[in-house]
Amino acid sequence: MDASEEPLPPVIYTMENKPIVTCAGDQNLFTSVYPTLSQQLPREPMEWRRSYGRAPKMIHLESNFVQFKEELLPKEGNKALLTFPFLHIYWTECCDTEVYKATVKDDLTKWQNVLKAHSSVDWLIVIVENDAKKKNKTNILPRTSIVDKIRNDFCNKQSDRCVVLSDPLKDSSRTQESWNAFLTKLRTLLLMSFTKNLGKFEDDMRTLREKRTEPGWSFCEYFMVQEELAFVFEMLQQFEDALVQYDELDALFSQYVVNFGAGDGANWLTFFCQPVKSWNGLILRKPIDMEKRESIQRREATLLDLRSYLFSRQCTLLLFLQRPWEVAQRALELLHNCVQELKLLEVSVPPGALDCWVFLSCLEVLQRIEGCCDRAQIDSNIAHTVGLWSYATEKLKSLGYLCGLVSEKGPNSEDLNRTVDLLAGLGAERPETANTAQSPYKKLKEALSSVEAFEKHYLDLSHATIEMYTSIGRIRSAKFVGKDLAEFYMRKKAPQKAEIYLQGALKNYLAEGWALPITHTRKQLAECQKHLGQIENYLQTSSLLASDYHLTEEERKHFCQEILDFASQPSDSPGHKIVLPMHSFAQLRDLHFDPSNAVVHVGGVLCVEITMYSQMPVPVHVEQIVVNVHFSIEKNSYRKTAEWLTKHKTSNGIINFPPETAPFPVSQNSLPALELYEMFERSPSDNSLNTTGIICRNVHMLLRRQESSSSLEMPSGVALEEGAHVLRCSHVTLEPGANQITFRTQAKEPGTYTLRQLCASVGSVWFVLPHIYPIVQYDVYSQEPQLHVEPLADSLLAGIPQKVKFTVTTGHYTIKNGDSLQLSNAEAMLILCQAESRAVVYSNTREQSSEAALRIQSSDKVTSISLPVAPAYHVIEFELEVLSLPSAPALGGESDMLGMAEPHRKHKDKQRTGRCMVTTDHKVSIDCPWSIYSTVIALTFSVPFRTTHTLLSSGTRKYVQVCVQNLSELDFQLSDSYLVDTGDSTDLQLVPLNTQSQQPIYSKQSVFFVWELKWTEEPPPSLHCRFSVGFSPASEEQLSISLKPYTYEFKVENFFTLYNVKAEIFPPSGMEYCRTGSLCSLEVLITRLSDLLEVDKDEALTESDEHFSTKLMYEVVDNSSNWAVCGKSCGVISMPVAARATHRVHMEVMPLFAGYLPLPDVRLFKYLPHHSAHSSQLDADSWIENDSLSVDKHGDDQPDSSSLKSRGSVHSACSSEHKGLPMPRLQALPAGQVFNSSSGTQVLVIPSQDDHVLEVSVT
Amino acid sequence: MGRGLGGRVTSGGSRDAVPGAGPPKMAVCIAVIAKENYPLYIRSTPTENELKFHYMVHTSLDVVDEKISAMGKALVDQRELYLGLLYPTEDYKVYGYVTNSKVKFVMVVDSSNTALRDNEIRSMFRKLHNSYTDVMCNPFYNPGDRIQSRAFDNMVTSMMIQVC
Repeated sequence: MDASEEPLPPVIYTMENKPIVTCAGDQNLFTSVYPTLSQQLPREPMEWRRSYGRAPKMIHLESNFVQFKEELLPKEGNKALLTFPFLHIYWTECCDTEVYKATVKDDLTKWQNVLKAHSSVDWLIVIVENDAKKKNKTNILPRTSIVDKIRNDFCNKQSDRCVVLSDPLKDSSRTQESWNAFLTKLRTLLLMSFTKNLGKFEDDMRTLREKRTEPGWSFCEYFMVQEELAFVFEMLQQFEDALVQYDELDALFSQYVVNFGAGDGANWLTFFCQPVKSWNGLILRKPIDMEKRESIQRREATLLDLRSYLFSRQCTLLLFLQRPWEVAQRALELLHNCVQELKLLEVSVPPGALDCWVFLSCLEVLQRIEGCCDRAQIDSNIAHTVGLWSYATEKLKSLGYLCGLVSEKGPNSEDLNRTVDLLAGLGAERPETANTAQSPYKKLKEALSSVEAFEKHYLDLSHATIEMYTSIGRIRSAKFVGKDLAEFYMRKKAPQKAEIYLQGALKNYLAEGWALPITHTRKQLAECQKHLGQIENYLQTSSLLASDYHLTEEERKHFCQEILDFASQPSDSPGHKIVLPMHSFAQLRDLHFDPSNAVVHVGGVLCVEITMYSQMPVPVHVEQIVVNVHFSIEKNSYRKTAEWLTKHKTSNGIINFPPETAPFPVSQNSLPALELYEMFERSPSDNSLNTTGIICRNVHMLLRRQESSSSLEMPSGVALEEGAHVLRCSHVTLEPGANQITFRTQAKEPGTYTLRQLCASVGSVWFVLPHIYPIVQYDVYSQEPQLHVEPLADSLLAGIPQKVKFTVTTGHYTIKNGDSLQLSNAEAMLILCQAESRAVVYSNTREQSSEAALRIQSSDKVTSISLPVAPAYHVIEFELEVLSLPSAPALGGESDMLGMAEPHRKHKDKQRTGRCMVTTDHKVSIDCPWSIYSTVIALTFSVPFRTTHTLLSSGTRKYVQVCVQNLSELDFQLSDSYLVDTGDSTDLQLVPLNTQSQQPIYSKQSVFFVWELKWTEEPPPSLHCRFSVGFSPASEEQLSISLKPYTYEFKVENFFTLYNVKAEIFPPSGMEYCRTGSLCSLEVLITRLSDLLEVDKDEALTESDEHFSTKLMYEVVDNSSNWAVCGKSCGVISMPVAARATHRVHMEVMPLFAGYLPLPDVRLFKYLPHHSAHSSQLDADSWIENDSLSVDKHGDDQPDSSSLKSRGSVHSACSSEHKGLPMPRLQALPAGQVFNSSSGTQVLVIPSQDDHVLEVSVT
Repeated sequence: MGRGLGGRVTSGGSRDAVPGAGPPKMAVCIAVIAKENYPLYIRSTPTENELKFHYMVHTSLDVVDEKISAMGKALVDQRELYLGLLYPTEDYKVYGYVTNSKVKFVMVVDSSNTALRDNEIRSMFRKLHNSYTDVMCNPFYNPGDRIQSRAFDNMVTSMMIQVC
């Protein structure tokens, strides 16, 4: 820029704007330094401190140096900033005082006066010093003097306003230094000027803005003022600040529009409400759209003009700021906003005009962005631009519809007129895009020119948009655009192209469960499929729509009718079926079987009742409903048995089916959980860890494609099963809602039948439910006839009549007239025939079906029961009375012959509890009419009584006591008790001491009977007795038959008393009573009562001189520890076997307690030597002596022979004398042979006098 | 968007808001969407085409997903549930909000309804969230089921535009 020659340059609003600096003085000098100056000035940034707390900025300064002219100085009130000279520089090279005084000073003064007149204080005087000149002129003043002079003359207190630039064109360090100082000064001054002037400008601007409520305030005027500021910021490359200015203007305007809409109108705004006449879109290719700016300046701009201009400026600045994506974002916002504002301000807009404007603007923004970004950038920022693409597509679509370009026939004349009007509003193409082939203008014009061109452009845009949405994962948006496209194709009668988009969208809505969009898209799809002639698909979609509650009743009926119409058409190929899934047509709600346990015998009738919920809006006549049944022979046959049948009764037998179409889509939660495992890989050589990681084992499950699982709309998956077994129901009319349908079938082969498919046929249309789930099965069974015999009570009692229940399960066998059960009689068990016994026949389900009298014929061997006639799979029940003849369990295996049946004694049980009844088993073999084999049945009878006997003695008198214990739960009446001697000893008499002949015996209680034994001659060594007593249940009044008495046999041995033992205790001599702690004497008297008897003949008997004697051992034992036996407690005596032979023994005992004490026991044993020859040599006393220590230990209640033997063995172990010798044996005398006459007697013991403590023992 | 709003806010001092004028400043459609993206609740003003809002809300889920995944990376700790403007259309503005359990609230507001600013929308979402929490607290409500609570319905009604 050659400042010296150029006239006042016109303000061109381009990026080339720079702050103006004027140059006065020596123009040649300036021209010489200008190149260096303009180059050096922007090289270093300078910090600009701002007012109003704005952040300081580093700024690179550039300047436009122009020659100083007075006209450049702004006049009062001029708001122009771009043309404002921020600094005035005076250049001089003067080094001669004369010259200074002659010309320079005057010139400077003049310059200063002009500046002062315009109150401009931003000036600088530059004195260029040149060494070359100095040398030439000798009479020059020192340089400093000129500088001083100038400073003195002009820089009043502002010495910094004058700088020296030394040798500017030389290349020396001094020159460099000088330049640096100068440039710094220049920059500082420039910034000072900016701060000052811009601050003042901003203040003025704010003042102006505050006046906006005053009438006559003009937004356009204010706009120009603030834009001036924006320009300056832009000029200073402060784009951010510049953008803020526009944003503020934008916001201010928006607020006005909003307020206007709210009724608070500003006058100036009505300018913007002019009808829209031009809609040529945004222009973003020029930094400043002068045309629009001028129209604003002239206050002629429309709203769209203002908005377009404002946005184009914002766009320019944003692009400078490298924020193209914000442009896209703001553009969309702007376009939406403009449409809204025009609506709000009720500006009249020709139809389609805004669409044109928006379309052009979208493309313009997109092309502008594309123009400044590379492909990769664009691709990675699709998310920002796709909105514009989509918006443009939408607008083009609505233009197409408006101008009749989407219809099949093409535009009519009205459409054409509209098109012409729209094109007219576009005006001529602007010069800047005239050469661009793909300019928005050309595109729109072309698209509106013909149906084909529109299609091409629309498809291009749509596809581009869908692709972009898809690429950034906005699937839903892509599908939505796709739906528009489908609509377009449908209008163009190209349903084959529409289908894919509709299917895609539908799949998406189904997957996410959006009911209304599903319905709407399905409706569109139905139309499409109808046009395509996809009968099956169409019918299926129709059925889905007919059952869709989001449609109106009429629409549903329409689609239902479509199905019915098709179904009623005569089919071209008979037998051709259209198979559709059932769930949309009707739903299986529940099912129940009759019989409810779903088990039926062969030949039986099974009913299956299902509830189908028809989804159709009208009643539908269904030719047939078929259930396909799969038959299998089940291995587990238990299910088919009668037991199963009776035990497994389901509560109501109703199986409910879950609703098939869940209202929500399959949730993502149903995905399997991640299965993560740690993984280590070690080096094989040294086992060091090479790699570690986590692996997911079920990746294949998790990363499966989601779509593949939800092919809900595909009817192809339904296959019709053809099975041999079907349940069929014909001619059913399904009313809307729940319908009951009953299938009836007769069971044939035994096995398990699984319900698989449910089909309903309407003409050639078959609705199929491919799988019935949960699994529904019924079983058909075949059963062998069976006979069960069981007691009615818990257990059968022997001896009295007992009821037994016979159950005949007929199974597949039919009981004919004359069929009978043949019972082979058991000897000890009677079958009691009663005239009135009846048999009841039950059906399989335990319902009584008939009752008949039972005919029973008995012969010796066989009892024949004729069965009533009964059909197969029925149950016959009747009861019979049986009587097990009583038998007494005899003791010790003596009387086996008594149990005529098979007395079966459970010895162990008996011993253990003593309370268990003895049982008897009777086996009956039964011949059944259905089998050649006999059935053997065991009946167990329990004997209700347990009997024990005891021999009682009183001296030599003997009594037999019989105890009858009732173990059963019943009470009995006992009568006619007898005890007879079966040994037939004539001199023996049994005298009953029982008074009553009849006696009740209650449950769990005992009755005792006593007889006295009397004899005249020598009594026999043993006595065989039989006890018998009649019994009958106490409760029953009358029994039809006489019952056999209960018998009990036993044997009594050695019952004759041989010895009498008498013990007496005497107090110590001189004392009246025994005292505790003092020794008393115990006197035992053993008396033989009889002469030699048969029973005495044993080893112990010794004979000498016609006298017989036997060896006895006595023992004194006190088990209750009342007495301390002092000295020997036992001894062996030789007892003469003769009546009245007496042996007396004295002992010392000491009472340990006071009171009436029972005497210590005295026991007698038979002392048997091992060999009678050596026994005499034995000194029994010495042997006893050795044993004295063991006496006290010997405390068993019943010292039986075994314990004595063991005692003997202990002795043999410790006595070396008799080592190796056979030991003598002890044998207890039978209870009947010894009578203790002093048993039960007591002795009074008083406490010793010096005892301070009285111990009383109560026994 | 953020930048644009910022610009406006700085000049907010010069605004002349006109209170109490125009139609009630409320939503035209409110939707609650499950984590799996099916609607738990959706209601729009009865005068409008319900279907349109269903499509709109459904499509807006694209942006919700985008924002959630962007947030997942950047603002895990910040717990900002409000997603802001999802996308504007010519006639409506769609706002989003996501609970910590990834249940989404979507609110559609008429574009001409300029009185509804971010803060109002936020507080409406908070109200909605509170009411939704009450629904969840009902022991008889099965999470994942459609919301049929009358209390929730009434609350939504109070936030919807009143049709004269």
